[in-house]
Amino acid sequence: MAEMTMIQAITDAMRTELKNDENVLVYGEDVGQNGGVFRATEGLQDEFGEDRVFDTPLAESGIGGLSLGLALQGFRPVMEIQFFGFVYEAMDAINGQMARIRYRSGGTQNAPVTIRAPFGGGVHTPELHADSLEGLIAQQPGIRVVIPSTPYDAKGLLISAIRNNDPVLFLEHMKLYRSFRGEVPEEEYTVELDKADVKREGNDVTIVAYGAMVHTALKAAEELEKDGVDAEVIDLRTVSPIDVDTIIESVEKTNHVVVAQEAQRQAGVAATVVSEIQERAILHLEAPVLRVTAPDTVYAFSDAEEVWLPTHKDIIEQVNKVMNY
Amino acid sequence: MKHVLESVESQFEMFQILNEEGKIVNEDDMPDLSDEELKELMRRMVYTRVLDQRSIALNRQGRLGFYAPTAGQEASQLGSQFALEKEDFLLPAYRDVPQLIWQGLPLYQAFLFSKGHFHGNQFPEGMDALSPQIIIGAQYVQTAGVALGIKKRGKKAVAVTYTGDGGTSQGDFYEGINFAGAYNAPAIFFVQNNYFAISVPVEKQSAAKTLAQKSVAAGIEGIQVDGMDVLAVYAVTKNARERAINGDGPMLIETLTYRYGPHTMSGDDPTRYRTDDLNDEWEKKDPLVRFRTFLESKDLWSEEEENKVIEEAKEDIKKAIKEADKYPKQTVTDLINNMYDELPPNLQEQLEQFKEKESK
Ligand SMILES: Cc1ncc(C[n+]2csc(CCOP(=O)(O)OP(=O)(O)O)c2C)c(N)n1
Repeated sequence: MAEMTMIQAITDAMRTELKNDENVLVYGEDVGQNGGVFRATEGLQDEFGEDRVFDTPLAESGIGGLSLGLALQGFRPVMEIQFFGFVYEAMDAINGQMARIRYRSGGTQNAPVTIRAPFGGGVHTPELHADSLEGLIAQQPGIRVVIPSTPYDAKGLLISAIRNNDPVLFLEHMKLYRSFRGEVPEEEYTVELDKADVKREGNDVTIVAYGAMVHTALKAAEELEKDGVDAEVIDLRTVSPIDVDTIIESVEKTNHVVVAQEAQRQAGVAATVVSEIQERAILHLEAPVLRVTAPDTVYAFSDAEEVWLPTHKDIIEQVNKVMNY
Repeated sequence: MKHVLESVESQFEMFQILNEEGKIVNEDDMPDLSDEELKELMRRMVYTRVLDQRSIALNRQGRLGFYAPTAGQEASQLGSQFALEKEDFLLPAYRDVPQLIWQGLPLYQAFLFSKGHFHGNQFPEGMDALSPQIIIGAQYVQTAGVALGIKKRGKKAVAVTYTGDGGTSQGDFYEGINFAGAYNAPAIFFVQNNYFAISVPVEKQSAAKTLAQKSVAAGIEGIQVDGMDVLAVYAVTKNARERAINGDGPMLIETLTYRYGPHTMSGDDPTRYRTDDLNDEWEKKDPLVRFRTFLESKDLWSEEEENKVIEEAKEDIKKAIKEADKYPKQTVTDLINNMYDELPPNLQEQLEQFKEKESK
């Protein structure tokens, strides 16, 4: 077992699938010789050649359209959007076209495209680099949205995404890229899509989170333990569609829930999680389900993002509210 | 059946006035600039070069935020801005902060933009501009809109925008020039072709031999100009402005230039995609060197004058960074207040929460 950062695990997943399947192509802005602005594709062009790992012209809508086209020729594209804030440029290509192709062709055509993109706050980027825009794609039927929180999950989920026969958006939180290492098998393995993971078991309260907020939730859980509150932390991993069973099982045990996301209150996927819980397990709840989110402004200017982003203290505050309801 | 690509492409030749040796090679197109104006152009280029060096240093010390280096592009950026008037509307990209500064943005605000503070985007009264665009190409379509508005209002002004060679691949680029052409709107579209997007060379962006020729498809004028020659850039912009104001339509101007530094200060390593030889080749074309040679040959410039400008710039920068540092930190409460004209109920509630949080 190797110790890898999340970005190394991501590179490793792409290398694995480039080796396994000659139809896999990896491309995007600066992903070739430069290895991507975060070096996620470092070395891949040297190893697999420019035919399979290449730069595109600077146009996200173009990259999205290209991917559907290549998919129709039997390829399995792994396209990168350099920062997810640029997805607005590609909204038609993704939500309007790729996500609908199986449906509109009556099941005769499909788009096994993986869209990789960095996102997430706390790294002082300019506008439209850090925004949590997963909700925009999560509300589009026909495409999955996956967000890993550990190197192990990142590799296994990305391999699953690439092998999946429908489009998958794979979002990589920038703050997690190099902030820690985790154990990652060197051999290939998959982590199932559409399945949440209990990252910490507990009996008193369930904290549902995804992406970097999983770590914020784990930190909150540690502090809560000192106050005698035993929190369970669920990592959604696939945020669309969400794994309702895992959540409900936990709620039936703890009877208290807080849902945490980095996205604004009116965005993200927390609201969907809350709805599913109240529809399916209201009699198990001893308090309303509360959310921890960023406020409903445009993503903060970088100079103010530390105050804007939700913290473990915000999670603790909401947990205390549901526990003392 | 007639194939016209080659003959169309060959029509686009680089326009130049001052060659690499600082000699006038095109007397006919020499712009009508007074000695004082010529010196002012030089002063601005020297000042902006110092600003770039200091900004890079400040960034390395962690005192600035996002910064996109400008050295090498002074003639392209400042020669074009020098041909504009106060009433013109500027729509720059992230690297075009110098044009904003010379159009009237106080230096400390430019630093605040870098630091990620919204006050950097609050322009002084009477300055018509949009803050630097981060989304490549978005400003191009908006320029068509501003220009159409200017036309409808009957103003004698133009809308001016900038993108890079990479930006010409965006759909917004084509839509922008096409809309402006369709409305015959007074717009000037700059493409600062510095041969690389981040790492991707211009040959990989497009099969087109020049970027100026993209104007043909939009039915507007286009020209390629030596972007290291401040006189050529000025002359072309002046001409484009006159044409636009006279109702002769928009123009696409490709300036051939080079950025000496990294793409931005956020981790780009140009040695991964450019050679030292290429850098040397471009440094020989340096816009400051050639213009200095020209001015010295006319006895208009000296080392003392240059040193004076350098000192003045350093002094201004020192003051401006101090002012930026002590400008009140923005709060989330500020951000909430800047969201809508009338704050909706969800934000009123959140405003109260953050007021409390931020008062602790
Ligand atoms: C829509 C969009 N896509 C990608 C980026 C990331 N990015 C920032 S600058 C850049 C290269 C731009 O190159 P060019 O247009 O040539 O301008 P230059 O930086 O050379 O001035 C890229 C890919 C972005 N900011 N916006």
